[in-house]
Amino acid sequence: MVSEIALTVNGVARTIAVEPRESLLEVLRNRLGLTSPRFGCGAEQCGSCSVLINGEDKPSCAIEIGALAGKAIVTVEGLGTPENPHALQTAFLEKQAGQCGYCLSGILIGAKALLDRNPAPSRAEIAEALSWHLCRCGAHSRILDAVALAAQRMRDAR
Amino acid sequence: MIPQTLQANPVLARWVSFPAPGKVRIAFGKVEYGQGVMTALAQIAAEELDVAMARLIVVGAATGAVPDEGMTVGSMSIESSGASLRAAAAEVRALFIAEAASQLACGADEIDISDGAFQRGGNPTGLDYWRLASHVDLQRAPEGKARWKTSDRHRIVGTSVPRYDLPAKIFGGGFIQDIPLKDVTHARVLRQPGYKASVAAFDEAAIRKAACGDIDILRDGAFVAFLAKDERAATLAVNAAEQHVTWNGSRESKPELSEPMALKTLPATPWQGGAPAPEPSNRRRHKASYGRPFIAHASMGPAHGVARFTDGKLTVWTHAQGVYPIRGVLARITGVAPDNIQVEHAQGPGCYGHNGADDAACDAAAIAMRRPGQTIRVQWRRADEFAFAPVGTAMHIELAGEIDASGRLVDFSSEIWSGPHIGRGYALAESALNPGTPPPPPMTMPGFSGGRLNATPSYDIAATRMTENVVTPPVRTSSLRGLGGPVNTYACECFIDELAQIAGADPLAYRLAMTSDPRASMVLNRVGELCGWHRRGPSGSGEGLGLAYVRHRDRGAYIAVAVALAVDREVRLQQMWCVTDCGLVINPDGARNQIEGGMIMAASWALKEQVKLGGTGIASTHWDDYPILRFNEVPPVEVELIAQSTKAPLGTGEISLGPTLGAIGNAVAHALGLRIRELPYTRERIARQLLSS
Repeated sequence: MVSEIALTVNGVARTIAVEPRESLLEVLRNRLGLTSPRFGCGAEQCGSCSVLINGEDKPSCAIEIGALAGKAIVTVEGLGTPENPHALQTAFLEKQAGQCGYCLSGILIGAKALLDRNPAPSRAEIAEALSWHLCRCGAHSRILDAVALAAQRMRDAR
Repeated sequence: MIPQTLQANPVLARWVSFPAPGKVRIAFGKVEYGQGVMTALAQIAAEELDVAMARLIVVGAATGAVPDEGMTVGSMSIESSGASLRAAAAEVRALFIAEAASQLACGADEIDISDGAFQRGGNPTGLDYWRLASHVDLQRAPEGKARWKTSDRHRIVGTSVPRYDLPAKIFGGGFIQDIPLKDVTHARVLRQPGYKASVAAFDEAAIRKAACGDIDILRDGAFVAFLAKDERAATLAVNAAEQHVTWNGSRESKPELSEPMALKTLPATPWQGGAPAPEPSNRRRHKASYGRPFIAHASMGPAHGVARFTDGKLTVWTHAQGVYPIRGVLARITGVAPDNIQVEHAQGPGCYGHNGADDAACDAAAIAMRRPGQTIRVQWRRADEFAFAPVGTAMHIELAGEIDASGRLVDFSSEIWSGPHIGRGYALAESALNPGTPPPPPMTMPGFSGGRLNATPSYDIAATRMTENVVTPPVRTSSLRGLGGPVNTYACECFIDELAQIAGADPLAYRLAMTSDPRASMVLNRVGELCGWHRRGPSGSGEGLGLAYVRHRDRGAYIAVAVALAVDREVRLQQMWCVTDCGLVINPDGARNQIEGGMIMAASWALKEQVKLGGTGIASTHWDDYPILRFNEVPPVEVELIAQSTKAPLGTGEISLGPTLGAIGNAVAHALGLRIRELPYTRERIARQLLSS
């Protein structure tokens, strides 16, 4: 049964007429055209699909849209654009932090959630925060460098 | 000499052309999958043509649009495609300079090019590529006479140009899954549990009920797909089908065949080569055997394929490793003539060889043929990717060596048991559409299966021999990063450390004493400096430092890796170092990225990974059953490239895996004072080995 769900996506208030058991990932990709969250496992194990839900780094593949009324969702499209990139996106490009790149959306979201609560994380704290996000190509070392660089610049800019 | 793939595609305009003022079109048959090949090849073309990178239009790989250069495999793109593109660009440049010289009535050697503008004696001539283009016919075969630049004149090659493919991926797009398609039909395929299996019972009503939406069920033989405009309905249907479809003749898999040793019990085709067996001698002899289990690609996203069949023409979007080879398989499955099949490459999640991409493309094509006019998007499930994509084969390797009075290795024998590392040209959909038809027999012809790469250590050894037993594997195997090379290097380099110990020698000094190639000595010495080898502590302290070296495929890059780690109940990596001489480097940061990635992937293989057989095939079908290395387990990685700009460029994509496995093996042995010869070094295996010693 379709119902209307009101929530905020990348800062914009939306009301979506949808079957409430549809996953957040399906809604974002298929109905809102936001492709940054990616299908990886469908079992909340890999982090490819993660988005910010009220500021927390959460997988979107299994959570039902019906449970998210009133919540604020942020995807990578909401972090920045090529014209106006987020400090994390700039740093990832500068460090060439990624190979195939499939994991990067989720990792950018994980890093954003971390920096919002801890603006000066150590390398070990970054690694710990991202450790539920899988990366198969082995870009970990560069990704840790990029997050640290972004954190430094964000602190300097304040 | 004209490079091979240019000879096979002998029209210059297919590689380089000038389609619009200020723009240069370049095309090649290799595909981008995040390894940076598009950027590196573009650098090579821009360098030879003397144009700015910003002028290039790099053609996306699609049949008809790009030269046929087969698959993008084996760390060969720079060596093969790069050579062809460089030769084609150099020849185009020479043709244009000849035309300019003729128009200006001067010698060709008086003309130089700066960002596409032709200069004479440093002064503008008013000519450029685009003004001259109508006077130079590029619809011609290469003559192979043009000389390309020497490295001292390089301005673009050798610089770390940022990758073309990365920005799209940082801003939420860039993948096959993201191609905007109108009115798409989502499809999920229920996989046939083995090629003999046929559907015994099919509870359609239960599946339709579970789908909670409109679905179209496609059944042809044992090929079963669920189609829906609403993706959720297709997913719910296929998940429900697991319970509501039963099969006859499912494959039965034996868990005990998960172990590398078990390969010795399977039918095999042997091949023997090298020096004759030595006369019995009183030299000191050492034997040891090593193993690596089956390994999964474990790409971050499961396979994906898109297809549409309209007006007798089939269009397929795929993240396979090339657009031409798969066209033949598609033609066989669909009955559409190759000329009526358009294959377009789009990037997919992690590509390390032959994963599920080809199968998913064939699934989509098979469905599209039965639903003409619809755009079919096939998404594999995570469990299907683990269970049905080809895996990298297990290997069991038995080594024997003789050392002379000085301790030097003088006679070396290797016997390898391995499934095939190459198994392309067949898709799962074929067996499902024609139930009972067996897949082609595995390619067990020795020498063509990839199992003997780097079978012999990369040192000066007086006599070597090798026996390769290519085993018919208990599961579908195909190419996975490095084929047999990394496993052979693991075995050989652990064995060299064992011999050094017998000889009472330091492992680094022992290696240096057995190599006469200065490029080899240089990477070994340098990695020793970086890792502080001279401070290496005693064996058995729980802290380990190990190293390993290989010349990739005996003719490629020279590479040494060192690893520091600690073993408590499990292995904790502390730091990894790599030094390589890979000849002329096109894009240093790109090369480093590939090498780092290979080291971290190899560390994951070494510490964690094993495909488990069981049930109707593969039993490890989720990340829980197939863990990989995580952020909090990855150590700092340092990669140093030794500049060799006057030497030929050598591929880097696969070179670091073998020496990393070897260095970890040696570091674990150093930490424990005990040699473990089978991967992965899990907590359970270490405990078992410590108890039994």
